Amino acid sequence: MSTLVIADHDNSELKPVTRSTLKAASEIGNEIDVLVAGSKCTSVAQSVVDLGVARTVYIADALNYEHAIAENLAAIVVQLAPAYQHILTAHSTTGKNFLPRVAALLDVQMISDIVEVLDSNTFKRPVYAGNGIATVKSNDSTRVLSVRGTSFDPIKSGAVATDTNTLDAATFSNPSPTTYLRDELAQSERPELNSANVVVSGGRALGSSESFALLEELADSLGAAVGASRAAVDAGYVPNDMQVGQTGKIVAPELYIAVGISGAIQHLAGMKDSKVIVAINNDPDAPIFQLADYGLVADLFEVIPEFIRQIKEGS
Amino acid sequence: MKILCAIKRVVDANVNVVVKNDGSGIDLTNVKMSVNPFCEIGVEQAIQLKEAGIADEIVAVCVGSAKTQEQVRVCLALGADRGIIVDAPDDLEPLTIAKVLKAVYTKEQPQLVIFGKQSIDGDNSQTGQMFAALTDLPQATFASDLSIVDNLATVVREVDGGLQTLQIPLPMVLTTDLRLNVPRFASLKNIMMSKRKQIDVFTVEELGVVLERRTETLRVDRPPARSAGIVVDSVDELVSKLRNEAKVLP
Repeated sequence: MSTLVIADHDNSELKPVTRSTLKAASEIGNEIDVLVAGSKCTSVAQSVVDLGVARTVYIADALNYEHAIAENLAAIVVQLAPAYQHILTAHSTTGKNFLPRVAALLDVQMISDIVEVLDSNTFKRPVYAGNGIATVKSNDSTRVLSVRGTSFDPIKSGAVATDTNTLDAATFSNPSPTTYLRDELAQSERPELNSANVVVSGGRALGSSESFALLEELADSLGAAVGASRAAVDAGYVPNDMQVGQTGKIVAPELYIAVGISGAIQHLAGMKDSKVIVAINNDPDAPIFQLADYGLVADLFEVIPEFIRQIKEGS
Repeated sequence: MKILCAIKRVVDANVNVVVKNDGSGIDLTNVKMSVNPFCEIGVEQAIQLKEAGIADEIVAVCVGSAKTQEQVRVCLALGADRGIIVDAPDDLEPLTIAKVLKAVYTKEQPQLVIFGKQSIDGDNSQTGQMFAALTDLPQATFASDLSIVDNLATVVREVDGGLQTLQIPLPMVLTTDLRLNVPRFASLKNIMMSKRKQIDVFTVEELGVVLERRTETLRVDRPPARSAGIVVDSVDELVSKLRNEAKVLP
């Protein structure tokens, strides 16, 4: 019995969410192999080896895999699949893109976005924007699972001696007709939203993209990532990759500071598992106060500069 | 060019859903049902392609009970040309829905098949990708922009770090993200006219698909409740609480 984990990475670094996926895999209990499919991705494979938790790292290094095109990734995973009872990856935009394709090709009903492993075929997952937690049992002989990173701690390094096995990518080449044109990725010195310890998010009340500079200053004083509500994204204040919510990113930092966010269900679904929640809003009836640990009813433009000053003073 | 839009009937996005006390699921009695918002964005995209002269026919398809008539009619009122309902239980798994839709695809032979990126009930984000795998079509998921020139689609996708742009030859599968467009409202005139549009109903047997379940939902629970904390009066108090009580600030 063994488990295949497909690593989430950008060809140079292993994404932190992969360690959470490995933790979920370890809770299933069988030996773990990892697939690193990418282009010039040896440093990623080395990080997996260094973790010391996998039996074998399979490396598929070819241009076909450089941009994680779903058709190409699915084809190679399906080739490896017969040896495994469990196939896991992160419920990231990469995982969500290729893993259902893998499941359909294997004739398996995938289970998405698992938040808990109960036993080798029973898992918990949120439904209806997290308003319900379903306990789902798989009756397929292979279980194909995507993992919510924030629900599993990153796996601790172990002492397993990991083999590497470089696959002859040419044998799997059945390239997609898709042509990759470009990425427009946010360049930021701040931590990634998905894995940051502190997240500062802004809502419609910010009123403009210029006002987000104030939140960025607050974030930088805390070493935090910056997020936003769907309302702020739809208003065009910030780009879509900053959206926290049911249909955006799911975060669960140690500290979540919601500024000028009313707290639509859609947004709460993306942040309510945060350890400590602070809400700053001038509307005392905003739903966000019903789950905030600390609420401050105030005009954000008056209190945020003071907040920044006090944090800088104390550190 | 023909476009097939797969749509799902789901609990309306504005309804506060309630988990039943016995853990058997979500209480759906007397709850407003709607077209899944992401599917509606898909229908809007198809209408815009028709208005631009790129598409000439839009078929809305739904797999579910007779009640889905209501949602298929909404799509016809918005601008789809005809509807297809495949009569089946409302709680089919994504894999089975994808198999049913593959049979519809084989009958209809569209050049573009549009799905919502996820339904807001199951939140699976699977059906479009599974359908693409079963039909061996290329896919562009989480699309926030689409243009089609000479049977070649250029799609901007929303990915975790930002945006990715792909070029894909038709036929292909698209799944919609929020920012692809803002769906229109149906005019009264179009609602009246939609009543004359055709909806064909098929059974799964006619399409040669066997219904089976691969997973069992053992129970559905409420998430752990989070209670409201305290309201502080000033930044001083907030910073002091975060430092000394919550210990999340240095």
